[in-house]
Amino acid sequence: MTQTDLQTTPLGSLMKQLGGKMVPFAGYEMPVQFEPGVRREHLWTRQSCGLFDVSHMGQARLRGDDPSLALEQLVPGNMQGIPANTQRYTLLLNEDGGIIDDLMVSRPDEDGLMLVVNAAAKEKDYARISSGLAGLAILEPLEDRALIAVQGPKTAEIFAKFMPAACDMVFMQCGHFSLFGHDVIASRSGYTGEDGFEISLPAAHAEEIVHKILDDDRVQPIGLGARDSLRLEVGLCLSGHDFTESQTPIGAGLAWAVPKIRRKQANFPGAAKVLQELEASPSERRVGICPLGKAPAREGTEIAFAGEIIGRVTSGGFGPTFGGPISMGYVRSDLAKTGTELDLMIRGKAHPARVTAMPFVQQNYYRGIGV
Amino acid sequence: MADLYFTEEHEWLLVDGNSAKIGITAYAAEQLGDIVFVELPDAGRTVKPQDEVAVVESVKTASEILAPVSGEITGNNGALDDAPETVNDDAMGQGWFFTMKLSNKDELSALMDQAAYDAFVKEL
Repeated sequence: MTQTDLQTTPLGSLMKQLGGKMVPFAGYEMPVQFEPGVRREHLWTRQSCGLFDVSHMGQARLRGDDPSLALEQLVPGNMQGIPANTQRYTLLLNEDGGIIDDLMVSRPDEDGLMLVVNAAAKEKDYARISSGLAGLAILEPLEDRALIAVQGPKTAEIFAKFMPAACDMVFMQCGHFSLFGHDVIASRSGYTGEDGFEISLPAAHAEEIVHKILDDDRVQPIGLGARDSLRLEVGLCLSGHDFTESQTPIGAGLAWAVPKIRRKQANFPGAAKVLQELEASPSERRVGICPLGKAPAREGTEIAFAGEIIGRVTSGGFGPTFGGPISMGYVRSDLAKTGTELDLMIRGKAHPARVTAMPFVQQNYYRGIGV
Repeated sequence: MADLYFTEEHEWLLVDGNSAKIGITAYAAEQLGDIVFVELPDAGRTVKPQDEVAVVESVKTASEILAPVSGEITGNNGALDDAPETVNDDAMGQGWFFTMKLSNKDELSALMDQAAYDAFVKEL
């Protein structure tokens, strides 16, 4: 793809004005970092509040006679059981149980379901979803909306003045709210491990709204670089990297996204394979890995045990809050136990490492007062 | 009297007789962002120009450092093991990478001096 083919988001020019270093990402021109740099932006988000433009992600509505039943033809989650004003994480599976993408599904109102899919998988997801709805629903991509995430421990106190009603929500709840006089859809969620909101905005008012949020100096714009290190520290998967269509939810460590009711019904794509792997074991599993030295092991690094290659790193780098290198990747199932000592083959040299429980850094979601 | 040379790969060489101390420029350190690890060459290794001799890992990415001239590695800055951020703080001083014994001083004529390097960076 050439530079000129790149799309911009409704917030792209504002991000550039704010000093964003723009790079191509999933077909969009996106800010990878701002003036403070990845490490400081990462730490700012863990201490205060970071604002991310994630408008490149796909927002869509599923409308029709029975959107929940329709979506259950394609995902292993309990879509019919999503209560009003609630959001769920689920997985789009192929017929072999391989993971095409992960997505958020929510019921913010009476207007069917709302979906948010990854930018890089948008076209593939929409084609797959549209062709699998069994006539029960219609997929309608929302092209006139921006999406931001505001993340960090000070988010709720900041938004108590902007959007007070939203601060009554707990993790994974959602709904409509008024933000500076505009109707927005907000969920108490995100992908950094911190408390915060993801807010779907009318594109025409996105710049104006973001300007007003950024007027609070506890909020700083944050680039995709820090978004990646933040999600890695809390063990969250990057679609197309930490899972691909070669892995099922079981090997990917996402068995929790296949609830009991769907296991019993066994009527989602690839159910036979997924259930068989639950019983027996997948050939490889996703694990967290901590290098014992200081060298980061990045995506593609081979993992060895007793001189034999038994896996590979799918995400890796330096965790600014963790204070050292961290990776996740796939290893042979019999070597997936926490504490197992392995070697990371960084530039041809074996660097000792250990299988480590994730998250690397404690999550800080808001689950209610006293919880 | 020591002379300072620069490469287009943003390395500096402080040459004194047949010895040189080598590091990356402040410009390079700034472009790389926060440096979290530096893999340095061991003393005794013989290198020629464009050989990979070191790796700089920043929060963003891994970058290879190439040997600027021919010679033998004579030492490295072990202090970077514990404090890789020194490269960001003082790239041209305490953040040096390794020392070399030069085997062909004529190669220095292909490198830039401070004024030429400053002009080179300005063009980027």
